[in-house]
Amino acid sequence: MKRYDAIKQIVESLNNELVVCNLGTPSRELYDIDDREENFYMLGSMGLVSSIAFGLAISKPNKRVVCIDGDGSLLMNLGSLSTIANNSPNNLTLIVIDNSSYGSTGDQKTYTSGKTKLEVIAKGAGFESITIIDKEKDIIQGLKNLGTGCHFVLIRTQPGNAHVSNILLHPEEIKTRFCKAMLNFRHMKKKI
Amino acid sequence: MKADIELYKMIKKSGVDLILSLPCILLKDILKLIDEKKEIQHIPVTREEEGVGIAAGAYLGGRTPAILMQNSGLGNSINAIKSLLQLYKIPIIFIMSHRGAEGEKIEAQIPMGQLTPDLLDLLNIRKFIINSMENIKEVKFAVDVCKKSKKSVGILLKRNLWRKIP
Repeated sequence: MKRYDAIKQIVESLNNELVVCNLGTPSRELYDIDDREENFYMLGSMGLVSSIAFGLAISKPNKRVVCIDGDGSLLMNLGSLSTIANNSPNNLTLIVIDNSSYGSTGDQKTYTSGKTKLEVIAKGAGFESITIIDKEKDIIQGLKNLGTGCHFVLIRTQPGNAHVSNILLHPEEIKTRFCKAMLNFRHMKKKI
Repeated sequence: MKADIELYKMIKKSGVDLILSLPCILLKDILKLIDEKKEIQHIPVTREEEGVGIAAGAYLGGRTPAILMQNSGLGNSINAIKSLLQLYKIPIIFIMSHRGAEGEKIEAQIPMGQLTPDLLDLLNIRKFIINSMENIKEVKFAVDVCKKSKKSVGILLKRNLWRKIP
């Protein structure tokens, strides 16, 4: 299983969750698989995806937020794990696709290819719900089983990038349509 | 403490509804007030750049977030200010104690303290200087500018807001 296969399964498990996705190839792969209005694609500021997702989760308590992070990115912002675990919003799933490499920059190895175990760091930071998934066929059920709560999910994959196009959206367009998608959802709820 | 109470009132009046904070000795009383009053959601963060990320997510979710920090943290936030906030046009309020300026005794604070006003200019962040009880009301003005212009603003809290510098 490569990152692309994992993202495909994550997308299959979604209903109307807000997704915040790590920059570079992960966002481009998500864009290629299913360009939803509820996707926020990061384009810069490596490492901050879990922080953005957390800020969104505490501001939208009635929506579920799914964060697609990577091992290299999370290693840049490990403090985020402490902040998230201590505040523990019950609508956030932090998925780390761990391919032990900096995929977007040429597959240089990260320290998770050596001694570092992100799930142990997450536990030490205070996460109570930790799930490790190694097999592609277990992703959908694994994510669906989680329910409400603040979850850390590690999906182990092989390195490697899919050949996908760039994101053909202007940064402001990504933002505006994402915010609009949240408003539409609120209107829908009001009608019901 | 009088200045902190006024500052707190003005932050609240301006509509800020989320504070991401890092500690500074000059901010100890306002941080205490924020926790005691429990009127504005307060989340301490581990690094300033992380705070920028959380603030950006909260803004997308309809909030008015401010980052309360020491000016040294501006240096830790540069890339996030450019490639997250300004790239997507997400406006955030930076409220900073200005260390390394007038009356500073810790030498290590001085290089960043001297750079801070120019750095804000270079980052294209409009700055507001709060240096007396009388101009604490500028805080609300700064937040209004942030909301209307959809650009981040920097509020510098000077040491003489708290005590006279000889």
